[in-house]
Amino acid sequence: MSKQLFERPTITRLTPGVPSKHGTGSVIAAMPLIDGINVNDLMDQFGSPLYIFSEREIRKSMEDVKRAFSVRYHKTQMAWSYKTNYLDAICRIFHNEGSWAEVVSGFEYDKAIRNGVKGENIIFNGPAKSSDELLKAVVNGSFIHIDHMDELFLLTDICNRNNLEARVAVRVNMDTGINPKWDRFGFNYENGEAWDAINRIMINPHLNLMGLHTHIGTYMISTDPYNLAASKLAELAVSIARKFDFHISYIDMGGGFASRNTLRGAYLSGEDTTPSFDEYAEAITSALINSQIKPDKLPVLILETGRALIDNSGFLAGSVIANKRLSDGRRATIVDVGVNLLFTAYWYDHKFHPVGSHSGIVEETSIFGPLCMNIDLLRPSLMFPALKRGDRFVIAKSGAYNLSQSQQFITTRPNVVLISMNREVNVIRRAETLEDISSNEIIPGYLL
Amino acid sequence: MHIKENIAFSENGFVFNPSTGDSFTMNKTGKEVIFMIKEGKSISQISDILRESYDVDLTTLERYLTDFLNDLNVYNLLEEEK
Repeated sequence: MSKQLFERPTITRLTPGVPSKHGTGSVIAAMPLIDGINVNDLMDQFGSPLYIFSEREIRKSMEDVKRAFSVRYHKTQMAWSYKTNYLDAICRIFHNEGSWAEVVSGFEYDKAIRNGVKGENIIFNGPAKSSDELLKAVVNGSFIHIDHMDELFLLTDICNRNNLEARVAVRVNMDTGINPKWDRFGFNYENGEAWDAINRIMINPHLNLMGLHTHIGTYMISTDPYNLAASKLAELAVSIARKFDFHISYIDMGGGFASRNTLRGAYLSGEDTTPSFDEYAEAITSALINSQIKPDKLPVLILETGRALIDNSGFLAGSVIANKRLSDGRRATIVDVGVNLLFTAYWYDHKFHPVGSHSGIVEETSIFGPLCMNIDLLRPSLMFPALKRGDRFVIAKSGAYNLSQSQQFITTRPNVVLISMNREVNVIRRAETLEDISSNEIIPGYLL
Repeated sequence: MHIKENIAFSENGFVFNPSTGDSFTMNKTGKEVIFMIKEGKSISQISDILRESYDVDLTTLERYLTDFLNDLNVYNLLEEEK
């Protein structure tokens, strides 16, 4: 007869009266499979920790967002936000699904070109574009989203000197009722700067105004600000049409759609509070359709959604290193995933799922990473089953930002694998080695 | 090592300490261990029995039994040999 799985023995004090902040009970679902693939097998083969992506989930998210918008507005174009996750394999899935590239640096721009994106399908955002980068974007016919007046003048100068014409859009920031206001990027709507920039572009023979852009915030759990923002951009488009008899080609609403993660300190779960793609789509498209823009002149709607498309498709698997008790009696679990791999631990209450089954009895636990730094705390407090050294877990919904913001710190970074549509598993970034890290270092001769 | 005589247990893992009013719940292995302690089995006997029915190596078992006994002690459920 086979032996039973061992769960370390636990005893948990019951607290009568008012429930703790974790409520009256927690159900922690085990996650033995990701997209039909056995997580233990993956970790045996590719190590721990391990980033895992599901191509099926990515394509499903794209399908969902495209359906939500296309049924309401016939001219919608997605642009993959490179900074959210710029692993080439991931970007190529989005491009394969019809997404353009939305980049915010020369590095990202070159990555997009290398991924086969045509120059005219690249949106170049960001506050810090160099002269060389701008020239390259102009020559390639990319959409340059002008962030500030210095950039407008720099771009004019580049076009003058090279006798070129640039395809540009104005990045507009505005009051949409959110706090704090996102006003550091682009030209302000309320104080007239955006209108001023538009006028300067419209009379500039080297700059062709193609569109208007805004990015009102990140992790927006209300759709009303999008409605307001789309209305304000539509008003600008109408003003341009009235004054210059010119119709812009597109309105770019940026990104900021929330994923299903729960923000730290939030009372309700992100699963319950995050608006659906349909709700975002309704807010944005209704503002455009109900605006004064003539129906035959409605611009293409561009969306740079990143987080909401990739967060749910990414998983970070890890293992328990040790358990201990803290001075106040709380249980602490040390795992091999640090904040350097899970940057979003700073603002999300990530859900941890044991890979193996468990009894269902949970205890209050703090989860620390492996870094020898006090800040390496993944969850200050959560109700978690009694995992023991070597037991494995999966942190779901970790696909956005964690790779592009991960740091090589104290130790090397792990493998990243992609589960393809036919359930093949491919390494899409191999684990770092000491050689990778040291290869850019130069030791002065006198220290050799 | 004994469980204090006034501590009440139920079959489904509920523990009640009438002198402090504290109540506790245990998982399946915790329940098995505490019942064996109550029966007067030694730690080494408990360890042998658990290893027969669970897929666990001796080092891991000893490490977590120690942890569990420490918890019982912290929760004031144990008393020294009389």
